Amino acid sequence: MTSAQEDGNGRRLDHRPRIGVYVCHCGSNIAGTVDVAELRTWAEQRLRHRGVVVARDYKFMCSSLGQELIAKDIKEHRLERVVVAACSPHLHEMTFRKACTQAGLNPFLCELASIREHVSWVHTDRTAATDKARAVIAGAVERVARNEPLEPMHVPVHPATLVVGGGIAGIQAALEIADAGYPVYLVERDPSIGGHMAQFDKTFPTLDCAACILTPRMVSAGTHDNITLLTWSEVEKVDGYVGNFAVTVRKKPRYIDTALCTGCGICQEKCPKKVIDEVYESGLAYRKAVYTPFPQAVPKYPVIDARNCTYFLKGKCRACEKFCPTGAIDFEQAEERITLEVGSIILATGYDLFDPRRVTQYGFGRLANVFSSLEFERMTNSAGPTNGEIVLRDGKTRPETVGIIHCVGSRDRNFNNYCSAICCMQSLKFAHLVKERTEATVYNFYIDMRTPAKAYDEFYQRVLEEGTLFVRGKVAEVTETARLPRETGRLVIQVEDTLAGKQRRIAVDMVVLSAALEPRHDSADVAKRFGISCSHDGWFIEKHPKLDPVSTMTEGIFIAGCATGPKDIPATVAQGAAAAARVLGHIQQGQIELEPIRASVIEERCSGCRICNDLCPFGAITFVDERMLTEINPVLCQGCGTCIAACPAGAITGTGYSNDQILAQIDGLLLRALDVPDSEPTLV
Amino acid sequence: MSGYLLYPGCSMETSAVAYHDSLAAVADLLGLELREIDDWNCCGATEYLGINLIPAYALIARNLALAARQANGSRTVVAPCSACYLNLSKANHYMRERPILGERVNEALAAGGLHYDPGSVHIRHLLDVLINDIGLERVRDRVSRPLAGLRVAPYLGCMVPRPDYEKRWSDHEHPDELDRLLEALGAEVIDFPLKTHCCGGHMTQISPETAYELIRRLLQAADQYQADMIATVCPMCQLNLDAYQSAANQHFHTDYSIPVVFFTQLMGLAFGLDAEAAGFGRELVSARDALDRIGLPRQAPEEGEGATRQRRPRKPEGLPMPTVPGREGKG
Repeated sequence: MTSAQEDGNGRRLDHRPRIGVYVCHCGSNIAGTVDVAELRTWAEQRLRHRGVVVARDYKFMCSSLGQELIAKDIKEHRLERVVVAACSPHLHEMTFRKACTQAGLNPFLCELASIREHVSWVHTDRTAATDKARAVIAGAVERVARNEPLEPMHVPVHPATLVVGGGIAGIQAALEIADAGYPVYLVERDPSIGGHMAQFDKTFPTLDCAACILTPRMVSAGTHDNITLLTWSEVEKVDGYVGNFAVTVRKKPRYIDTALCTGCGICQEKCPKKVIDEVYESGLAYRKAVYTPFPQAVPKYPVIDARNCTYFLKGKCRACEKFCPTGAIDFEQAEERITLEVGSIILATGYDLFDPRRVTQYGFGRLANVFSSLEFERMTNSAGPTNGEIVLRDGKTRPETVGIIHCVGSRDRNFNNYCSAICCMQSLKFAHLVKERTEATVYNFYIDMRTPAKAYDEFYQRVLEEGTLFVRGKVAEVTETARLPRETGRLVIQVEDTLAGKQRRIAVDMVVLSAALEPRHDSADVAKRFGISCSHDGWFIEKHPKLDPVSTMTEGIFIAGCATGPKDIPATVAQGAAAAARVLGHIQQGQIELEPIRASVIEERCSGCRICNDLCPFGAITFVDERMLTEINPVLCQGCGTCIAACPAGAITGTGYSNDQILAQIDGLLLRALDVPDSEPTLV
Repeated sequence: MSGYLLYPGCSMETSAVAYHDSLAAVADLLGLELREIDDWNCCGATEYLGINLIPAYALIARNLALAARQANGSRTVVAPCSACYLNLSKANHYMRERPILGERVNEALAAGGLHYDPGSVHIRHLLDVLINDIGLERVRDRVSRPLAGLRVAPYLGCMVPRPDYEKRWSDHEHPDELDRLLEALGAEVIDFPLKTHCCGGHMTQISPETAYELIRRLLQAADQYQADMIATVCPMCQLNLDAYQSAANQHFHTDYSIPVVFFTQLMGLAFGLDAEAAGFGRELVSARDALDRIGLPRQAPEEGEGATRQRRPRKPEGLPMPTVPGREGKG
């Protein structure tokens, strides 16, 4: 039933198909700004010679009644093409394609004209918006006349999944999938899984011990038959597409033969080189050059930090090797690259803590007794550098007064505009822990108190009752400058108490800065590597912020946890599980329907110049030596269009995006097509 | 860059002669070419903008117009005085941001046959030029008499790093430019927490008690950190802390005696000038004692003052401090 035929110029139609145009009001979303009734009349009259045989407007085209309207017209008016002027194709393209299929029309003969996202939502002038909507509809009409019926492609889904990031989100996702019986590769760049949660002592609001609830999950992930743990490893390259990814993972050398190592810890004991542990201990304690970050680390094997190891720096030492009872130290180990075949990918790469040094007026890094929130988490941890004792930087003095400052680097237009979501609750937890373990007076300096989840506000009430003092106001500065004798030798917090309406100076012994959660420093690179998008500040972008928060615009790649924005543990775990559910859905379907949007080579025009050969990001292009021609593998091709644009001979064409279709659409958009009598070329 | 246009400002010819003279000497030694703007006038200081906007901006913009006309090769105006620097920057910024203001000001300038297109000259503070154009290397190369043993509190005042229209400063709350410059001279620079706090400005005239309190805070902090001297970049700051030190002492029954000098004076000393040529001797709280100390750097500190000096331990025990990239070993 191909009705479109090209002439030499490629834009003339011998037979103009019968087209129906459907203008949606979307309640007042479109009708509020665009004159929809006028659009309908205009389409019916002015586009008649372009093939439009019927035009309608309706309150909600996506409703069953709206869809039935289209189906009925397809039959009664013998429509060959349908244009729905409504929202973005991201939302309802599938809806209308299905409606057309049910009425016996090939789904690819239906086009959406976005007059909501591209018109009514971004304009206020009714006349101008209506004019623009005309242009968008005319473009869609010209284009749809040249659409061809297509059949969707089906590809099998590889049952294995890659989970990137071994924090609680990644662990949860991996366990859900593994428990359902499918293989998972869990890649973590640090020596152990566990993530930030492993650094905490208590979790709000229930004050469960973080290790007690996390380590069983870590052990399950480490021992699960369906989970392959790849710690001290990073994803280097991602090839392929939904259902069939090929992922290159770089395994950094551990310098430990894990087949021999028993995790006894003698190497760490004997290693003479101490370095500050900036990762797990947040800089508050030392580790050795050979180390496992913490006692419950999974896997139990240590790594040798080659940048600090005396042997790697100076060529001698090898103390660990001498003392290792099983001969597991292997200085010759080299990095290794492995390729994994997976059908789906979950990115759960977490967050970095905002560097509080950037808020110079709070003195972190200059004033000894100003601590970051992660430092304080380590300090309160019973397995931390002070065994859970809350002490000043000297390691022994107990503070008599502690000031906890909220929103350091969050809700601050100098740094991050967003709220980091967890800091209020974390600061309340800190206040509680100080009260529990010392006699100290505790101040919380907050802008607004945000305690919106289950049992959170009750915890706030509890901390209030415990006697923590709350000052509402943004702290101006923290200094060591004493004005009064009682301030001598202490930290002085200068703050405007906005409830009392006055400036206050409060002398404390210790300051804790509740620092913002920030995207990983390399999140933009990671997004690029996996072909997903991230916002300008670096958080990964969801397919839909409300209705599809764990998917991305790239099929087969899912996101979970703090990589998409600041989150508390319950929300993080929920997203890990949600992403796993989406992956399991794909796996159980066995195959995925793909849009048949593919590039293909018109052999008689291909000169064999090979310009396109190296451009394909999906490796879909091969050169056939015997015939001196380029070929495109339709299974690997993702229809990105790079080769089409590059081909100097115009020998590559994209299904659904042919030059013919695009130029015709532009003609329509410019309303040039309107003034041309039927069956005449629109442009010379 | 071949040279800069200098906008000295009124103070440099009156209360801040020490700044003027030491700057001239230091600029010579560093090969910093400063050409004074011909026929410049007062910038209006801190008050006029609060009284009547158009005349105030016209007063400032006259200098900019003269500078733009005189500009030849260099389009950079250097202001050593912080208030001048801020006023010139403000006019440059707001004449562009508020076109009506710009028009009105140019109407006023037209009466004197002048015109100014905002943005046609750059306004920079002397400290910025020394750090970023001359560079610490050249400063270090010139040092023949390091100020070893002199504890200096670097004090910028409130008008230099904020609002930073041209984004020139390392930080708005705790910038380290002056610290680095004084370190290059070999001085022992304290991490002065009040370095960007207000000296009281002209409050000494309007509400002396308010000014005394602000002055006292600065002196108290400098004393707490055992500074031998406060080094400033601003004539207003120098005047307030120096000339009103005794009044503040009287008011609060304190006995601070902390010399307050211009950073260019310390540069002069470090470059080998004798104290007088570097403008010393004009300050009211004498810097002589402190100068004697570095004049004889090998000599043990005199008993009394020197012996009571308690230095904080260099390496604190206990938990490690957060590491600060590029600033290791700063006390």
